[in-house]
Amino acid sequence: MATVDVDLPHVKEEDQHHHGPAKGLGRWLYTTNHKDIGSMYLIFSLCMFMIGGIMALIIRAELFQPGLQLVEPNFFNQMTTMHGLIMVFGAVMPAFVGLANWMIPMQVGAPDMALPRMNNWSFWILPFAFLILLSSLFMPGGAPNFGWTFYAPLSTTYAPESVTFFIFGVHIMGASSIMGAINIIATILNMRAPGMTLLRMPLFVWTWLITAFLLIAVMPVLAGVVTMMLMDIHFGTSFFNAAGGGDPVLFQHVFWFFGHPEVYIMILPAFGIISEIIPTFARKRLFGYASMVYAVASIALLSFVVWAHHMFTVGMPLVGEVFFMFATMLIAVPTGVKVFNWVATMFRGSLTFETPMLFALAFVVLFTIGGFSGLMLAIAPADFQYHDTYFVVAHFHYVLVPGAIFSIMAATYYWLPKWTGHQLNETMGKIHFWLSFVGVNITFFPMHFVGLAGMPRRIPDYALQFADFNSMASVGAFIFGFSQLVFIYNVIQNVRVGEKATAQVWEGAQGLEWTVPSPAPYHTFSTPPKVD
Amino acid sequence: MTKAITLAISLIAAPASADWQINMNQGVTALSREIFDLHMLIFWICVVIGVAVFGVMFYSIFKFRKSKGAVAEHWHENTTVEVVWTVIPSIILIAMAIPATATLMDMYDTSEADVEIQVTGHQWKWRYQYLDEDIDFFSNLATSRQEITNEAAKNPNYLLEVDNPLVIPANKKVRFLITANDVIHSWWVPHFAVKKDAIPGFINESWVKVEEPGVYRGQCTELCGKDHGFMPIVVEVKSEADYQQWVSDQRAMKLAMAGEASKEFSMNELVAKGEGVYNTACAGCHQPNGQGIPGAFPAITGSTIATGAIDTHVDIIINGKSGTAMQAFREQLSAVDIAAVVTYQRNALGNSVGDLVQPNTIKN
Repeated sequence: MATVDVDLPHVKEEDQHHHGPAKGLGRWLYTTNHKDIGSMYLIFSLCMFMIGGIMALIIRAELFQPGLQLVEPNFFNQMTTMHGLIMVFGAVMPAFVGLANWMIPMQVGAPDMALPRMNNWSFWILPFAFLILLSSLFMPGGAPNFGWTFYAPLSTTYAPESVTFFIFGVHIMGASSIMGAINIIATILNMRAPGMTLLRMPLFVWTWLITAFLLIAVMPVLAGVVTMMLMDIHFGTSFFNAAGGGDPVLFQHVFWFFGHPEVYIMILPAFGIISEIIPTFARKRLFGYASMVYAVASIALLSFVVWAHHMFTVGMPLVGEVFFMFATMLIAVPTGVKVFNWVATMFRGSLTFETPMLFALAFVVLFTIGGFSGLMLAIAPADFQYHDTYFVVAHFHYVLVPGAIFSIMAATYYWLPKWTGHQLNETMGKIHFWLSFVGVNITFFPMHFVGLAGMPRRIPDYALQFADFNSMASVGAFIFGFSQLVFIYNVIQNVRVGEKATAQVWEGAQGLEWTVPSPAPYHTFSTPPKVD
Repeated sequence: MTKAITLAISLIAAPASADWQINMNQGVTALSREIFDLHMLIFWICVVIGVAVFGVMFYSIFKFRKSKGAVAEHWHENTTVEVVWTVIPSIILIAMAIPATATLMDMYDTSEADVEIQVTGHQWKWRYQYLDEDIDFFSNLATSRQEITNEAAKNPNYLLEVDNPLVIPANKKVRFLITANDVIHSWWVPHFAVKKDAIPGFINESWVKVEEPGVYRGQCTELCGKDHGFMPIVVEVKSEADYQQWVSDQRAMKLAMAGEASKEFSMNELVAKGEGVYNTACAGCHQPNGQGIPGAFPAITGSTIATGAIDTHVDIIINGKSGTAMQAFREQLSAVDIAAVVTYQRNALGNSVGDLVQPNTIKN
């Protein structure tokens, strides 16, 4: 507190000239500035990405060869569980919220988020949620070890004691996400500059608007399911306990009713980012803007009626299998439209290949490969062979790593000059891109093969015929993992030094964020711009 | 490495062999081949779409470069094209869904089975009960701990071998009734294309009709705790005559075991036998040295139960301890096994109580 008191007169003095940030730690604790909060989300996400990444490397190191070498099976299960939870809730989601905080007000011409104090709160509870979750690693009995999907009764009757901390952590994360989503919706619906009608909004804003509605719809479902677990564990209920008349399959229905929209929460903002970047570097307007918006909206709606495709082997009635198979296949249509539109945007454009564009192009190709394996998984009879094998692991890592994560990296490189005021070091950016691109494919492509050949997922040790491709995947994982140090280096260097960036930054960039100077002043659009 | 790259690029259905297997097994039943065909059909559909989309994309990347003087055109929508690329994929998908639905209907037809077997998942073993034959046994991982911890060379069936395989007749429709005793497991034999979750409180059905005798291997595919990776499935498919022979052998064995239970054993016999039982049934949690895992599984060495009253000790093994991972071994172990393992735990693993229990005093 003392520092704040000391600094206060100084800040007031500065205020006469411009509303600059406060000094010292207080700036970050008390800030209500969307740019500060956006930066904190992004830095937090990067830390979680590293922690989750270290866990992935522990997993891949154990799987480098058959036999148990480094970790015990119970610890291995803790690693797979924590890796999944941290990457989903700690890395990917906060990164998108961080990008939303930074860019949405600037893209719609608003001075800040609609609810700035809640914005501060929704960020600052996150580190505590993850401290609680991570602290469970040091508890007797160990961290949660039941998979990130935490199926009951393994996660209730048979769970380690730390499951209660996990439940508390998930509740806080959910509250943070819901507040973030409310803030984004309120900002987009109320604070657009005059003339910016809904159908003139940048695609990133559109995809985030739809994502925010998905978050509000399903995070309470997640909160509900973990509360039911809490009741089963501590208060003698039997929601998921067959011996007490409960239903373990109910857990899966409720979980995936949250879980499938959650999957799209992690990819729709990515669609928005790619739809910003490709037109910039193709120097051509996005093809089929309206159909892009409708495609995202229909993907979001369909996401509520496909959840049981994660459960084809639980013994659903035949009609259930057929319904969920058809509904799932339907999602391929709007997803296909998006890919076709991106390609059509490039067609007869004027392309250059700066780092953000390279990541965007890799996204289109590799996300589409993940989409193809998704389509294969939708075929219910074949899913009986794919389900819970490494084929599924390959599938969702293709849509999440070179999908969601590549889009976040593309967005970072794309908007970094706007944030820091320094042009990118293209050489270092390209080194990072190529190492990541090669690493990600060596890691995840062979997983298709071992999965089809019959290797189940979430096992610490495997039969000998899977050995060769597993070694390969492990080598790839270390290449991918360590190449992220180049990313961190690039970002830190860009913050510190670099050629002065212009307001426009990229020749072909369109949109309000490119009308403000680089670096963007602490307060932008205090007077709304006119859009026409 | 070169071989891997060649295979990876070719992406073609290779025969199920070698370590570089890249495709699904065709399997050994009519249904598994049907599923394999669906898998290949949807795969090739994806390949064709992929070649078209990536073809246009890479053409654009090479042709419309600014560095080659390309100038961007200004069009940005075309309703006809957009309708076409919405409608065509829809038609392809419907065409794909029809054969898939037909296959699903076959998979769900569990009627008129010749043999019925209940499959029950336990942490971390399978129990097979032949409903018409009074045959009932547990199937445990047979791979030695030394192989897992890299102290011995791994045999070719490493982690895919069990002490008592499931035995079924060829050319008969075998119906599986699949359930679980503790957490959710999933019973999967890739060559049969049978995968069904084993869920406590539910009985799921599945079926198989294998044409050729042989040995087929699979694994549990639903995360079920610590030793999820160590509960394989082995199915021996026998000709009708061999199967009948096996059934009568099982009956004879059962009679012989009943006779054993009334015999008197010496301490050394019980401890020697008990060590084997302990390593199969107990060591997974309580560890081969009896130290357990602090916070998760209690130690046997110095435990109040294993060094206290013998009746309590026998009781916890027979009835388990509800609300914990300690299972009831009443149906998993014979009276001889229980007597042996109790005696072993009391007189080995650092304990030396000095007493023993005879099988004829164990009342299941």
